[in-house]
Amino acid sequence: MNFQQLWRYQDQFIEGALITLALTLIAAVVGLAIGVAGAALLRSGSKPVRLAIRSYIEIFRNTPSLIQIFLIFFVLPAAGLKLPAFEAAAVALSLYFGAYAIEIVRAGLDSIPKSQVEAGQCLGLTRWEVFRHIVLPPALRNVYPAFTSQFVLLLLGTSLASQVAAGELFHAASFIESRTYRSFEVYAVVCAIYFAMVIAFKALFAVIGLAAFRWPVRR
Amino acid sequence: MRSFGYIDLLSFVHALQWTVLLVIVALAFGGPLALLLATTRTSRLAPLRWLAAGLIQLIQGVPLLGLLFFFYFGMPVFLGIEVPALVAVGIAYTLYTAGFLGDIWRGGIEAVKPAQWEAGACLGLTSWQQFRHIIGPQALRLSLPPTVGFLVQLIKGTSLASIVGFVELARAGQVVSAATFQPLLAYGIVAAIYFALCLPLTLWSRTLEARLNGAR
Repeated sequence: MNFQQLWRYQDQFIEGALITLALTLIAAVVGLAIGVAGAALLRSGSKPVRLAIRSYIEIFRNTPSLIQIFLIFFVLPAAGLKLPAFEAAAVALSLYFGAYAIEIVRAGLDSIPKSQVEAGQCLGLTRWEVFRHIVLPPALRNVYPAFTSQFVLLLLGTSLASQVAAGELFHAASFIESRTYRSFEVYAVVCAIYFAMVIAFKALFAVIGLAAFRWPVRR
Repeated sequence: MRSFGYIDLLSFVHALQWTVLLVIVALAFGGPLALLLATTRTSRLAPLRWLAAGLIQLIQGVPLLGLLFFFYFGMPVFLGIEVPALVAVGIAYTLYTAGFLGDIWRGGIEAVKPAQWEAGACLGLTSWQQFRHIIGPQALRLSLPPTVGFLVQLIKGTSLASIVGFVELARAGQVVSAATFQPLLAYGIVAAIYFALCLPLTLWSRTLEARLNGAR
């Protein structure tokens, strides 16, 4: 075992980690937007729209993310849309995360009893006020843990983007491996970096959760 | 270059056997390990609890791809000998399964009210008997839906074995795609096969969950 040789490549490790973070954040934000829009349409959309959304959810949740990345990277060029590796991976991961996000948001909205909405209406609140002040805060609180663990899975899942050479941490690792032939050491370091990122995000989410959801729950 | 044919479909069926084998290996070795982790994670001895919690955190905090590479390249470093790819990959999937299932089952055990343990103790049952006859069956029922859900995650996860050169379904897709220059057809069929495997499990998990909620 020899980790010394790897010091020279710290810039590559750092750059890879930054691209991993970028990929994760893009997919999380786009995916969450898909989640909110999809959940809203599942509630209020017409039957064909709902069917389309359900199919999207089931297809993306029941096939491997790796195959989805391959399909988008290798098949879209045939349709005339040639995406660079990073963009293709970002699209694939956003769609994958979005499918889970719809279910998470939907579960959050479903967790609010109808009587609470009716109570808000009795107070003369508008539909938007009811949503903003009565439905949204407890719904967010209820699904926050599910969202954070899905985010962690997304962060780890970005490693698959290395298979289309998207330049993130795992791709950086295979580059460094090809230069040093220190396969085991390189992947041990990469695992440690992922682990550190996961721990950091979990701590961050815990702090955000404590700050954002401070009102007491009555049981 | 050649066109997509019968032989390619046959190669998918053949590769599917390896996907199934990986799932079986992961469950056969990872299942018992997960039970061990779940019970130590809920044990009364604090150091045991911490150890199990740390292991679960570690496994869940590293990409599956990282686990695969770590053991694929690590086994020769640890043992000084080359091991077959199936062994290295099998160890990675075993730990992956143990880490996630262990956590799911811990949740199941903790969801059973502590009074149930006490009731067992009042009847003079030993800790093991309490777990075996009172807590275990209830925890099993509670954790069945997420366990089936994890099975879907595991099946999808076996596609990563292709990256260390293991010829399972995803790898067969790559090979056929490269040989025929028809990525849409090759990956489309592969995706459809995964979908056909996973969708029934997803639906089953949902039915189980609905039944569980109905009983409450």
